[in-house]
Amino acid sequence: MSTPLKEYHAPVWSEPVILEMGYPGRRGVIFSDVEADVQAAVGSAVDLIPANMRRSSKPALPELSEPEVLYHYLRLSQQTLGMMNISLFGTCTMKYNAQINEAMAWRPEITHVHPHQDEDTLQGALEVVHGMDTILRELSGMDQFIFQAGGGADAAYTSCAVTRAYHASRGELEQRDEIITTIQTHPSSAATAAAAGFKVITLMIEENGYPSLESLKAAVSNRTAALMVNNPDDMGVYNPEIREWVRVVHEAGGLCFYDHANFNGAMTKIRARELGFDACMFMLHKTFGAPKSGVGGPAVGAYGCSAELAPFLPAPVVAFDGERYSLDYDRPQSAGKIREFWGNVPVILKAYAWSRAMGAKGMAEASDISVLANNYMEKGLLAIRGVTRSHPEAKSHRMEMTRYSLEQLKEETGVDVHDVQNRMSDFGIDPMWSSHHPWLLPEPFTPEAGEMYGKEALDTWIAVLARISDEAYSNPAIVKTSPHNQAIHRLKSAPLEDPAHWAMTWRAHLRKTKQQTA
Amino acid sequence: MSNHVAHPYMANSVPALKQEMLDSIGVDSIEELFQQIPNEHRLQRPIDLPSALNESELRRHLLCTLSKNKTCEQNLNFLGAGCWQHHVPAACDEVVRRNEWLTSVFGEPSSDHGRNQAWFEFCSQLGELLNMDLVGLPVRSWGCAAGHAIRMATRITGRSEVAVVRAIDPERLSIIRNYCEPVEMPGHIVVRLVDFDPKTGLLDIDHLRASIGAQTAAVYFETPSYFGVIEQQGAEIAAIAHAAGAEVIVGVDPISLGVLAAPIDFGADIVVGTTQPLGVHMNCGGGVSGFIATRDEELYAHQYPTLFISIAETTKPGEYGFGLSLFEQSSYGLRDKGNDWTGHSVYMWAIANAVYMAMMGPKGFEDVGNLILQRAHYAAKLLSEVPGLAVTFPSGFFKEFVVNFDATGLSVKDINKQLLALGIFGGKDLTHDFPALGASALYCVTEIHTQADIQRLTAALKEVIAQ
Repeated sequence: MSTPLKEYHAPVWSEPVILEMGYPGRRGVIFSDVEADVQAAVGSAVDLIPANMRRSSKPALPELSEPEVLYHYLRLSQQTLGMMNISLFGTCTMKYNAQINEAMAWRPEITHVHPHQDEDTLQGALEVVHGMDTILRELSGMDQFIFQAGGGADAAYTSCAVTRAYHASRGELEQRDEIITTIQTHPSSAATAAAAGFKVITLMIEENGYPSLESLKAAVSNRTAALMVNNPDDMGVYNPEIREWVRVVHEAGGLCFYDHANFNGAMTKIRARELGFDACMFMLHKTFGAPKSGVGGPAVGAYGCSAELAPFLPAPVVAFDGERYSLDYDRPQSAGKIREFWGNVPVILKAYAWSRAMGAKGMAEASDISVLANNYMEKGLLAIRGVTRSHPEAKSHRMEMTRYSLEQLKEETGVDVHDVQNRMSDFGIDPMWSSHHPWLLPEPFTPEAGEMYGKEALDTWIAVLARISDEAYSNPAIVKTSPHNQAIHRLKSAPLEDPAHWAMTWRAHLRKTKQQTA
Repeated sequence: MSNHVAHPYMANSVPALKQEMLDSIGVDSIEELFQQIPNEHRLQRPIDLPSALNESELRRHLLCTLSKNKTCEQNLNFLGAGCWQHHVPAACDEVVRRNEWLTSVFGEPSSDHGRNQAWFEFCSQLGELLNMDLVGLPVRSWGCAAGHAIRMATRITGRSEVAVVRAIDPERLSIIRNYCEPVEMPGHIVVRLVDFDPKTGLLDIDHLRASIGAQTAAVYFETPSYFGVIEQQGAEIAAIAHAAGAEVIVGVDPISLGVLAAPIDFGADIVVGTTQPLGVHMNCGGGVSGFIATRDEELYAHQYPTLFISIAETTKPGEYGFGLSLFEQSSYGLRDKGNDWTGHSVYMWAIANAVYMAMMGPKGFEDVGNLILQRAHYAAKLLSEVPGLAVTFPSGFFKEFVVNFDATGLSVKDINKQLLALGIFGGKDLTHDFPALGASALYCVTEIHTQADIQRLTAALKEVIAQ
């Protein structure tokens, strides 16, 4: 690895918590005095509040001028690495968030629009939603998409709600109380199924990287409500028997939901409906170029389904008669609302803009590049001492990501994956993702190259990991005490789980530190 | 490939670079890398989408499309009903658009320190408005927060019913019912709707008493209510609920809390609501958000579905950072054994909220609350003087109020169509959702509405009704 590593240090602002800042009397926003006529007509504000409902003491918020607030938060933004350099965060299908999309989403035609306006005044927004619906139909083969869900997990919940409504309409909901998923499917599928009231059966993966058809057959019965699964999974493994899985579940009367969280490996190559799935989900944040924004959102889980399931969708659905767009609320079999209104319209707009900027060829190329880049990286990463790959016996090329392990590195040096994550940030690299729980592989990590970053960036990422491996074998302390070049040092994690110390607000922190010093 | 133009979003879109990487791997074509997908799974034709647009073309296309919207800037808007037009300081927009946190993923407490601190400051400042020590990271909407809070209460009490005020946004109620699971499910939570007093809009205390019992996990009400009414029987409701062993969940609009009592001060155990009024545009409904807050007690902390962010010391003495707390109990940690589920919600709006609360300070919240109260009551007064119009709950409201048009003989739909022609977005039509209220609409008046705006609305309604 001859890629030179550049010097890096994060900004250190030692920024106080905003509640420690300010001076009594300073103002960040001021409001008009009420008009004299208004005052004369209604009297003083305090008399308009029932006496027992007046606030007795002022909230202990900071008192700050506008620039103090602005620059405090801009300094905090500078202390956020994000994608400012290289972020290969696996299991998320991260994309470039184009600036034109932001610029358009912040226009008043979006920001200053109310969802209950007359449909005649919403034709632009509805056209965008319908346009995105049309694009996703083509990519999946589904018949109708809705955008109400505020994220991928919320779309999985939507799927559970639609599943309930479908089986209830057939009088089978009481009987069909099980949902089958796999251990490598996102935790939100299992979680939303349980929250929706289903028993969850989780199939474990086997040597070739996916659960066996036999294990599915053993789990399926007349109690099966649905299968919820992703493909390829977070290890970059595609289940080649998925069509047979769908057939088996359908034969038992269950529905099949395809979580497209890992869409890059399959984008434009396969269509969920043609594999037999009844419904699927796309994350418009991440997969379609809208920002993820941390743990995240505002986001959209676009949920699409077959015509057979469409009557059960949460209302409203955007309809188009060839001339005019409208909101169809008249859906008597609807599963009910998932979230107020009809979706995060700015996020839909950004995803629509991304799709139009990519076109079908661009999407196909993005899929190609992301799989190529992952395999290119794999060659470099597996050459690093202490790095191994999941399922070494499964020889096929992995798709858009590969699950690696630092088990050997840890055994030989004591340096674990969390140490490596921290050390990576010393080189300006956004810490890699380990794995969702449970960790099927010890000390896992899951980079996903995606289509955005150039070969130079991928080479740098590989070189950084190689450097950290060298350090682990030669001077492990530098890794174990990292980060050294960040805004702050490593956080002590034990207090985060200790009720005597955790403090989710500043007021709790003040109370607990006072108790501890008393 | 000779006429291939590299796509601006993809650095490796150059054919020679792809070839370099293929050579490095030792395969002949990218197609070989997809060998895991059986051929019979493959789509046998190219995806059919409109051809790609460059940025200039895209901008023009989007501008043309968006121009078909009419906005609340060009028109005078009185719609609220869970998505309200308040003043959004420009600094909120500037901060929330920063690419650093827009593009952040998960990071470490050290490498995404600034973002984590901003989230902590959101929770902390909201905690000051609410007088509560434990505030979770945001959930997707008020309805989602209420649904989760009810499920928390059933886990805490081991009971399976909830009493919910009938004066509630029907969309929010639909979400709550969804979260309470259908009757076929073993975890079904029975929703008992509690009437409101038709004269005042306040919760009907007698009906509440008749609606709760040994199976009641929680009583859920809101202040201000969907009709805008400030619930003034909070302490009495809480006492009744607590006497029955039930939790008290209160939904609140936080922009009211500079002047209205915090729900914990009249007995709330769990407080939920939206933060959209705090520095987030309506965004066609995309501005909505939700929060859950309680006292800092383990009983509650271990039932949150949300993630938390806690302040903690770093390895350097005296230095603080911020990390995710109680992560393992979430669905990320425990899958189907976790508390409900978490995932993406509205984390960027939490940063806009943090900026807003810091700019407002205690005096800003007091001033905006007073201004809203006075202007909303002025509007109600003027409208109630229009022949044929009546304000259904004429006192004790905050920023919204119900206007009844029965005596005009006109439908709200017709009135709103005519107002639209005059450049006014009339109030939310309640006719179908609340038939008992007759031909009524929910009008929203905030600090952005001047006396002149209100007079313009009044004149327009007079004109419409006179026709």
